[in-house]
Amino acid sequence: MAIEVVKPGLATSVQDAGRPGYYNIGIPLSGALDQYALRVANLLVGNEEGAAVLEASLLAPELVFRAPAIVAVTGAEVAPKINGEGRPRNESFTVRAGDRLTFDFMKAGARSYIAIAGGIDVPVVLGSRSTYGLGALGGFSGRKLMAGDVVPVGTAKPAARAGRALPADLTPTYPKSLELRVVTGLYFHRLTEEAAKTFFADIWTVAPEADRIGYRYRKGRALTFRERTQPFGAGSDPSNIVDAGYPYGSIQVPGGLEPIILHRDAVSGGGYAMIGTVISADMDRIAQMQPNNLARFVPVNMDAALKARAEYKHRDARLRSTLSA
Amino acid sequence: MSGIRYSFGADEHVFAEIDEGMSLEAFFKGMAICKELENRRIPGVSEICPSNASYLVRFDPDVIHPDKMLRTLQEIEAQVGDADLELPTRIVELPVLYNDPWTNETGARFRERRQDPNSSDIEYSARINGYTSIDDFIAAHSGAPWFVSMVGFVAGLPWLYQIVERAKQIEAPKYLRPRTDTPKLTIGHGGCFCAIYSVRGAGGYQMFGITPAPIYDPAQKLPYFKDFLAVFRPGDIVKFRSISREEYDRDIKAVEAGTFDLTFRPVTFSLKSFHSDPGGHSRHLVEALYGH
Repeated sequence: MAIEVVKPGLATSVQDAGRPGYYNIGIPLSGALDQYALRVANLLVGNEEGAAVLEASLLAPELVFRAPAIVAVTGAEVAPKINGEGRPRNESFTVRAGDRLTFDFMKAGARSYIAIAGGIDVPVVLGSRSTYGLGALGGFSGRKLMAGDVVPVGTAKPAARAGRALPADLTPTYPKSLELRVVTGLYFHRLTEEAAKTFFADIWTVAPEADRIGYRYRKGRALTFRERTQPFGAGSDPSNIVDAGYPYGSIQVPGGLEPIILHRDAVSGGGYAMIGTVISADMDRIAQMQPNNLARFVPVNMDAALKARAEYKHRDARLRSTLSA
Repeated sequence: MSGIRYSFGADEHVFAEIDEGMSLEAFFKGMAICKELENRRIPGVSEICPSNASYLVRFDPDVIHPDKMLRTLQEIEAQVGDADLELPTRIVELPVLYNDPWTNETGARFRERRQDPNSSDIEYSARINGYTSIDDFIAAHSGAPWFVSMVGFVAGLPWLYQIVERAKQIEAPKYLRPRTDTPKLTIGHGGCFCAIYSVRGAGGYQMFGITPAPIYDPAQKLPYFKDFLAVFRPGDIVKFRSISREEYDRDIKAVEAGTFDLTFRPVTFSLKSFHSDPGGHSRHLVEALYGH
């Protein structure tokens, strides 16, 4: 079984649960930016929840199926169509050989996940099928999909069937304006008192430079760093530090101008002071932000971060019990 | 150096700053702690990343509570604190065509983003570091070996810190505005760090030369990629060797033929020996390359 890429969309790539364990040599986690939507898509078509799917960004691809299959589309609010006829989102459906999958524009959310029963069957590299574009690693030939690619699909499990649907109470919404919870720390103390306040007071707008590596935000007031004699090896700008490892979700502000939140294709380290880290439970929400969406950063402590994580895991548990029934 | 400063990167990371400034001591301590942490194989720890004067750990707080994670790292800090800082590692020699036509051409293309548009990067850096000729500068750069103090930014890109006293450290500012292009395998320098660009791409470091030896290859074509697709790991020691254009061309042919190889030799770095005789310890490390 295989699918043919007629139009690749803006940035469509093969992603799965990710590739942990190699960050110390600069190879990031990768994997679906919205991990919840990945799990939903896979469970709807009877796959293992971390199987490889196609992740589409903002403009979804056009695909032709070479054999019959069970398919599900999750994530961003966008209507899938088979041969021009609407199909439900968040519900598995059947396609026949030769059927053409197209999409409308994404009304809300920025990433759509297309799971096919059997999973995308590209080679496993360092334990994952995810694409890491900067390193030309994994996925389909180490890159995002192009027109004419023929993407292999594995064998569907017996559990695969059409008409399995995600209940409304497990379906996320993607507001155009939201709050992102941040644990301050790392080099937060390098900010001036004023900047430490305005960062949380201002409304920030997602810039066009928002991709799998990181999300850039703008239109908040510029942040100033405390003046100091820079330590040996740190570089001359007050926003510079001796190059260090960057946590996933960490927020850096080069030159004090535009905060960047690193996501799953993160550059693993560098010389910009990080002022805090977005909590793990909110990383999926970043993935669904479109350019020009608005965010306010809210400081939380570790207890709140762990509580949010527990709620996230609880939803996962409900998802599994609902969709495997 | 006072105690390590720990900070959580939300619920999945601990960041540990050994020192605000770069030094061999800070790097060493970070390496020692990361090695011990690795040896303990603690369930829930997914990433251990030593980097220059700090390190980063990623963990699953559902498996190990953040407080427990932090206590473990503090315990390891206390344990390695007084240990004799010796690092069993390996040394490799890397051929470099310094002052090469490709990085010079790239530098010229981005001349308006540089501190001195009228000199090449290597001319400028030699001058501000007090060297009277490019040859003297190359002799210093390729004389004493370098530690790989961090690998990252992108896949397989090593950052290196030269094993010399601080007074002899080469320092150079990053470009005023980053370039949008850097040739693959450029030997760059920013602040006190050397970087070898594993892939072609943007960059802001001064460019001194280029190596014919691939250091990252997802296809793993050359013999030294047999075990892994990236060559360098934190703690490796690299000695650069200045080569001629003829040697460079010969090496490139060997790379294309799939016969080019690098030789790694085991070596032990001792911080104490280095401090008592920096030059002598450097020579001792390099001898391992040619000894039998």
